[in-house]
Amino acid sequence: MKPRHSYLMLELSTERKIRNWAALIIISVMAISAIVPLFFVFVHVIKSGLPALNWAFFTSLPTPVGQPGGGMANSLWGSLILVTLGSIIGIPIGVFGGVFLSEYGKGKIAFIMRFVVDLLTSVPSIVVGLYIYSVVVVPTKTFSAYAGGLALSILMFPFVVKTTEEVLRLIPQHIREAGLALGIPRWRVILSIVLKGALPSVTTGIMLGIARIAGETAPLLFTAFGNRFWPHGLGEPMPSLPVQIYSYAISPFDEWHNQAWAGAFLLMTMVFCFNLVARLLIFRDKPSQTL
Amino acid sequence: MINKDLVLSIKELRAGFGNAEIVKGVSMDIHRKDLVALIGPSGCGKSTFLRCLNRLHEETEGAWVKGKAELFQQDLYERGTDPVEIRAKIGMVFQKPNPFPSMSIFDNVAAGLTIRGIKKRSYVADVVEYCLKQAALWEEVKDKLKAPGTSLSGGQQQRLCIARTLAISPPVILMDEPTSALDPISTAKIEELIMELRKQVTIIIVTHNMQQAARISDKTAFFLLGELIEFGATAEVFTKPQEKKTESYITGRFG
Ligand SMILES: Nc1ncnc2c1ncn2[C@@H]1O[C@H](COP(=O)(O)OP(=O)(O)OP(=O)(O)O)[C@@H](O)[C@H]1O
Ligand SMILES: [Mg+2]
Repeated sequence: MKPRHSYLMLELSTERKIRNWAALIIISVMAISAIVPLFFVFVHVIKSGLPALNWAFFTSLPTPVGQPGGGMANSLWGSLILVTLGSIIGIPIGVFGGVFLSEYGKGKIAFIMRFVVDLLTSVPSIVVGLYIYSVVVVPTKTFSAYAGGLALSILMFPFVVKTTEEVLRLIPQHIREAGLALGIPRWRVILSIVLKGALPSVTTGIMLGIARIAGETAPLLFTAFGNRFWPHGLGEPMPSLPVQIYSYAISPFDEWHNQAWAGAFLLMTMVFCFNLVARLLIFRDKPSQTL
Repeated sequence: MINKDLVLSIKELRAGFGNAEIVKGVSMDIHRKDLVALIGPSGCGKSTFLRCLNRLHEETEGAWVKGKAELFQQDLYERGTDPVEIRAKIGMVFQKPNPFPSMSIFDNVAAGLTIRGIKKRSYVADVVEYCLKQAALWEEVKDKLKAPGTSLSGGQQQRLCIARTLAISPPVILMDEPTSALDPISTAKIEELIMELRKQVTIIIVTHNMQQAARISDKTAFFLLGELIEFGATAEVFTKPQEKKTESYITGRFG
């Protein structure tokens, strides 16, 4: 009886080993085929963008066609303004929307809200751009940073709502009860204990949301529009990095193509850094949290 | 006549979820500095009963409460009573240690004060030190008050939670199996702590550990299927119970 038993075990474990290997190989191939294109994109953007990048790129305005040099300083500045505007509107709506859904999200209103948020996350960004064009740009008769920021915030807040709701749900119910049991009112428990406890993860969601809108072009095309000068005011057209890249890329001039690549490289690097910091934030916080 | 020693007076308390009645008409009086142990088989409604006393039961969906429960002659369930106020007077320690995440040891103990608006630093620091000493945790954490509360061991976390409750200085503390998730040494420490606290606070403790009930409590209440079967001096309940059911439970025939 005994030898037979162990023979069977051996056979089973060899088979299991083979299956293990097979699964590992398939998974590795899949992972590599996902990473390889990304790698090529990276390499290509770096190769084309890095040489065109110089100090002037960060400090000067675009030059007229045919005149060498110039940069995208105005677009960089404009992007910063637009993303800030989008965040100022999008983050509070997103965070409080998420808090509402996680902490009070039981009734009909919450059901509808969740549905709308899900819909919004899948609306193509160009549609958001067109919508803001018709409700803001047309009535005010001007492209503006306000319109652009608004369009970006609409793209951002559903994402922040979803991530905030998810991470708040990870805080166990008995933590909330412990707060209530201290005689702390419910809204303070939510703000000072639940939201505070999940703050690192909420921040991560916000940063990913910012990274997401920083590279958006479509919603800005008919809202912030863009120009070739320093930004004047929020009520006027506002240049931005993605739109500038877009208009240079479709131009027939080599000089502009190079600048577009430099812009693309910069944009990619910034978004990459944001993502990295966001991930690190989660990572740093993990060990100390016993949820 | 007002009986100053009567802390909690519970009359025909019923509670449940939806159609299910879990606590079926419990009446009991608890006096100042009593240390009452609640015993009974799993699922008999001890936690539900306890959570009615600090109005935490109603936080669960579908929960309802009927009957009367008075704290110092004030009806807890009277219309217009603010549950927030009740909870500040009746502290609670849970089965699973649950320090607030992303909060330091200091902030955990201070939470009940600071979040409710008491910000004076020197005062808060004094209270934190005092409560950590009372909870026999001060010596272990005094050099790392800024470390996260969750970085402590399970037993230390539970003492932290007790300190957190002490900080709002409630006259009554409810404990729901506070040692069931802990090792024997941590359990012994918490028991010692409870014995110390009972000199000042009225304590109601749920426990599945008969020895623990016998060791620390001076009154024992036996629950079965949502009813209070017997309530009396611990020594009596354990040595010559009035009810057959109590005797069977204590001698281990069910539960
Ligand atoms: N949220 C809920 N909804 C419906 N029923 C519940 C809910 N929570 C608990 N119950 C039921 O209430 C009954 C009593 O639960 P309770 O937690 O009060 O028992 P207990 O005496 O504390 O048990 P234990 O010793 O295991 O902690 C159980 O039968 C349980 O199924
Ligand atoms: Mg229980």
